[in-house]
Amino acid sequence: MIEIKNVTKRFDKTISLNNITIDFNIGESIALMGANGAGKTTLIRAILGYYHLDSGSIFVNSLNPIKDRVEVLKHISFVPQLPPPIKLNIGELLDYVSISSDISIDLIREYANELKLDIDSNLKKSFFKLSGGMKQKLLIAISLAKQSDIIIYDEPTANLDPKAREDFYRLLEKSSNNKIMLFVTHRLEEVSSLVNREVYMDLGNVISDKKI
Amino acid sequence: MNIRNSKYKNLFLVSYLDLKESIRSKWFLIYSIVFGGLIALFFIAGVTESQVMGFSGLSRLLLMYIQITIVILPIFILITTVRSISNDRDSHILEYMLSFPISLKEYYWGKLLGRFITVYLPVLFAMIIAVVYGVTKGATVPWELFFLYIGLLFAMSSSFLGISFLISSFVKSSEVALGLAFFIWIFLLSFIDIALISLMLSQRVSSELIIFISLINPMEIFRVSAISLFDPQLTVMGPVAFYILDIFSQKVFVLLSILYPTLLGLGLAFLGNRIFQKKDLV
Repeated sequence: MIEIKNVTKRFDKTISLNNITIDFNIGESIALMGANGAGKTTLIRAILGYYHLDSGSIFVNSLNPIKDRVEVLKHISFVPQLPPPIKLNIGELLDYVSISSDISIDLIREYANELKLDIDSNLKKSFFKLSGGMKQKLLIAISLAKQSDIIIYDEPTANLDPKAREDFYRLLEKSSNNKIMLFVTHRLEEVSSLVNREVYMDLGNVISDKKI
Repeated sequence: MNIRNSKYKNLFLVSYLDLKESIRSKWFLIYSIVFGGLIALFFIAGVTESQVMGFSGLSRLLLMYIQITIVILPIFILITTVRSISNDRDSHILEYMLSFPISLKEYYWGKLLGRFITVYLPVLFAMIIAVVYGVTKGATVPWELFFLYIGLLFAMSSSFLGISFLISSFVKSSEVALGLAFFIWIFLLSFIDIALISLMLSQRVSSELIIFISLINPMEIFRVSAISLFDPQLTVMGPVAFYILDIFSQKVFVLLSILYPTLLGLGLAFLGNRIFQKKDLV
């Protein structure tokens, strides 16, 4: 469970999160929506423990994401909007995630195959030299193989072609039980079959929160 | 390399991967060529056969190597390591890599350890190559000098790596980090000579203070200590030598010149770690 209570986060004079209170519970699949600058990415980064809050508190499974970051992050899978230009090759990136998070590389390979990504023939390639779609598929495969209770996707399908999106949603449906799934998205229609809750944000506030 | 069972597996993992990434990079290639090339150049130029100010053979070569290293090693370390964290932050690499259960402490010290090995090994290997080549040419190896220089290079690498990681921990943009690193290098370099001379000429500051300022500069203490290995009375430095050798014996001074920059680097790195943990990560 993620408990967000009266959270405010400012960057200089800009309020990015304005006294937000919201909970996300096991079994919920949430579409987090809103215009650019609404505070969606700030909210998920705060859940991941990247920001020191100006006020309020966040607890993930009753743990503080900053003080207990290692324990908290064992339970979270995250895929950012744009794959970062990591210079490690694929083999090294797989070592990083498998050693740090005890993820099975075979399982990553399995999910990657489902997404039509051949990992083995690209092991020596630098991650940043892969195409946008390949990078995204690899990050998605890693996130699914981590088998976390909480999955956070920030516009995960931005670089995927229609077939890959289909594969991605099919995989998600298979593994969505007893999890919290948080999708930051601008395209509700894409995740509508997966989500059971819609949250709209604007200017750092939650302006609508409905279960469907 | 099996690091999965180690208690410090994440620290070793971060440093191992950083090391691999650095070794593949172009800057590392240039860095290694510069220091390896310097040694090769000295041999080609026949430095070991020459005799200048009474120093000849490998001692002469090591002296020249150290004199050049004083100037270029700090800027190389600063430029190549100051962006290690700020660049990851800039390019959102940090956002992804730190979404895995790795503590900030492990990430920071892992990066620092990886970078330390990357910057220290080429200068060390260059010296080893010099000694091996010198031996094949029949030169006598000044072992005491060799080991003391290894210590001095270790100390200087530590201090500038500490400065780099401190800057990297609080600067948000890697361009600013680079600018700041360059400024610090110029500042410390100017306080080897020019700035000190102008302070002295202005006669508003006591000589003791000027000497103190010069000796807290890791570049200057490295330089004086390197000279003292050849010239224990520091005669080439003139009257300043009296102040220094009045306070310390030559051995204590050399020990200090290894300990002080190492501890300075460690202290700054600890401060950087603290800032890294207290600041927003992205």
